[in-house]
Amino acid sequence: MSTMFEGYGTSGPAYDEMFDGDELRPPYLRMRDSLDKMSTPELISRVEALQASYLDQGITFDIGGEERAMPLDILPRVIEMDTWTTIERGLQQRVKALELLLADVYDAGNVFNDGVLPRQVITTSSHFHRQAATIRPANGVRVHVSGIDLIRDNNGEFRVLEDNVRVPSGVSYVMTSRRAISAALPETIAQHRIRPVASYPQRLLAALRAAAPAGVADPTVVVLTPGVYNGAYFEHTLLARTMGVELVEGRDLVCRRGEVMMRTTKGLAPVHVIYRRVDDEFLDPVHFRADSMLGCPGLIDAARAGNVTLANAVGNGVADDKLVYTYMPDVIRYYLNEEPVIRNVDTWRCGEPDHLAEVMDRLDELVLKPVDGSGGKGIVIGPRASRAELDELRGKVLDDPRSWIAQPVVQLSTVPTFVDGELGPRHVDLRPFAVNDGSRVWVLPGGLTRVALGKGELIVNSSRGGGTKDTWVLAGPTSPEQQQQQQQQSREVL
Amino acid sequence: MLSRIAESLFWIGRYIERADDTARILDVQTQLLLEDAAVDEAQTCRDLLSCMGVEPADAKEYGVDLFGSVSIEQVLRLLAYDAGSPSSIAAIFGAARESARGARETLTVPLWEVINTTWRPIPSGHFEALRPPYIFSWVRERAALINGTADATMTRDEGWQFIVLGRNIERADMTSRLVATTALSASGGQWTSALRASGAYDAFLRTYRGIETDRAAAEFLLLDRLFPRSVVFALNRAEQALDNLGGDPRRAGFQDEAHRLIGRMRAELEYRSLADLVEDLPDEMERLQRTCAAATDAISRRYFAGSEALAWKGVGA
Repeated sequence: MSTMFEGYGTSGPAYDEMFDGDELRPPYLRMRDSLDKMSTPELISRVEALQASYLDQGITFDIGGEERAMPLDILPRVIEMDTWTTIERGLQQRVKALELLLADVYDAGNVFNDGVLPRQVITTSSHFHRQAATIRPANGVRVHVSGIDLIRDNNGEFRVLEDNVRVPSGVSYVMTSRRAISAALPETIAQHRIRPVASYPQRLLAALRAAAPAGVADPTVVVLTPGVYNGAYFEHTLLARTMGVELVEGRDLVCRRGEVMMRTTKGLAPVHVIYRRVDDEFLDPVHFRADSMLGCPGLIDAARAGNVTLANAVGNGVADDKLVYTYMPDVIRYYLNEEPVIRNVDTWRCGEPDHLAEVMDRLDELVLKPVDGSGGKGIVIGPRASRAELDELRGKVLDDPRSWIAQPVVQLSTVPTFVDGELGPRHVDLRPFAVNDGSRVWVLPGGLTRVALGKGELIVNSSRGGGTKDTWVLAGPTSPEQQQQQQQQSREVL
Repeated sequence: MLSRIAESLFWIGRYIERADDTARILDVQTQLLLEDAAVDEAQTCRDLLSCMGVEPADAKEYGVDLFGSVSIEQVLRLLAYDAGSPSSIAAIFGAARESARGARETLTVPLWEVINTTWRPIPSGHFEALRPPYIFSWVRERAALINGTADATMTRDEGWQFIVLGRNIERADMTSRLVATTALSASGGQWTSALRASGAYDAFLRTYRGIETDRAAAEFLLLDRLFPRSVVFALNRAEQALDNLGGDPRRAGFQDEAHRLIGRMRAELEYRSLADLVEDLPDEMERLQRTCAAATDAISRRYFAGSEALAWKGVGA
């Protein structure tokens, strides 16, 4: 055992990604060897430099108007090549199914007629927008960018926790953390072959250009932000800058005769593709919240007229709905005639009487989630709740069972994390990002690993004190046998 | 370029220049009070605040009575440290950083970072710990760093022209305030300190071969065509920037309102006799400041008007 990892206590049923008991797991071999050469004070000084660099660069997010530096843990998370290949395949499959589902529910509705998904599950979702019905996106893509959250269960198997196909955020931290970590741990990164993440903006731009309205040869793409006070503003600026496109606010846009223009110093200039980071409800006051100042009146009609493409499409939120999530395995089988590559987490639907009865019985051992929540809001973890909290929850669920699902307390996997001067296991999840350009779903190798910095804490959202980790997808095999095998193969090819 | 971004860049140019000039003026005034026991502190402070556009009502909010006794500590609070006071360097750097944040994707990375790191000591409290006169040289250095980084990293496109335009309008305005403060106080050493505040003292001595007169000093600060902080020099640069922006190849006159206003003001300064000008400096300087404000309005109308917020009057909204 090394000095650095001495006393690293894995405990409980959670899967630790670095250690199997006292045994080191193969993907972390090089990381341990290189960190072993470093003293703890040395590591601490590097952690400090890392934090200072994030503040200087202004890599921040907002909570309630206060700007904070995104906490980035110095220890990267490593994912093996083979594991990643499966994740990639699973996400591609899932995005395809989500695209088919959205196209169907906003049009013919075959999935209802064939009895796979009850129609009322969709129509009662607060994110179902009739305004989106029969808007046909230029290249058929609605889910240009997705961030499907994965967790690793107690056996180390990746599972889908939730689908995010509205405006998933976090990709900017993937790009900045790679640069920051390579500055902080140059000798460690040199020991690994890691798949790069820097091409994301170019991939995204290509997908957005591919989604331009028909007949536009050189489309103008813009990023639409709610403004500097939005929590993800840093990300919006980074994406606009690295794609080399304008970052606009609602007030910069104007719709004239079904076309969208932006106000420039030389007058109005046409806009063809809007990568919008504004929620549906605020996008167009003509169709949604009339008091919204964040969008631009007329956007939906311009999209319907086929003069502008909104990415992601309006109305995608139905697919994020946690109740729809429970039907996703069936949806995948229905549209693709395949078994899901990545399984869902076991889930009870409170809207179904027999499920509800069981959930009520076991309220103190389950996690209850509101179906339309995001950012960890409203989640109650049964075993950690007080009697009063449970009673309150019981009332809320019985009042409106459609709005709740229940899941077993999933022990998210743990990864060594440097907190308060020492290494300890902390729970993590993973948000990989997939970009759909209409011909292929491309998955960014890695994604955002969010880590709950409190000991034993299970909620990883940055709004609840979570941090991030750089996520390394290895470009080659890790174990000696695998390496030998690969060498053998390449020799045979030669 | 988006109208909103153009506006942000224009104001970044103005704010950085304003912070720089405020620091220069405060530096000289605090030194003067220390060095010369004969100077009336309360009167100097009142003149200073009024020249910097601090109204009695604004001052009252910070417990400063402009008609009573004002101390240099209070002036420093209002014009340097208190981020709540809109004329303070802390607030100006804050505003510059807010503008930069809103235009972040268009700024070069090094430029954004120097503006951000200039602002960071303010919320963290390190800024308040800096004392005069060190704080003034710190502010000047930061401004020089920001301007230098902009100069070294920005392409000379529209955005650059807006920064240059903002900087020079602000500079003309601030130099006129410096001249007005100086003219108000009767004491003899004041012109020397005004020249020093502009970093012009050595250049002035070389140009005028050591003949120090109030008239010569005023002439240098207002009319010198080669000294980069003089009013005429700054107005000239602002005209050039407007020319580059407007691209208005007319054979006669100027269509652009801001260009007309600034050009006329510069011509008046240059073609009037110095004796006339010096006769009533404070009023002349106020006229110049009004022209700068009117030109800013005209620039806003022509280039930034597009960015005004629109409200959708929906049912029940």
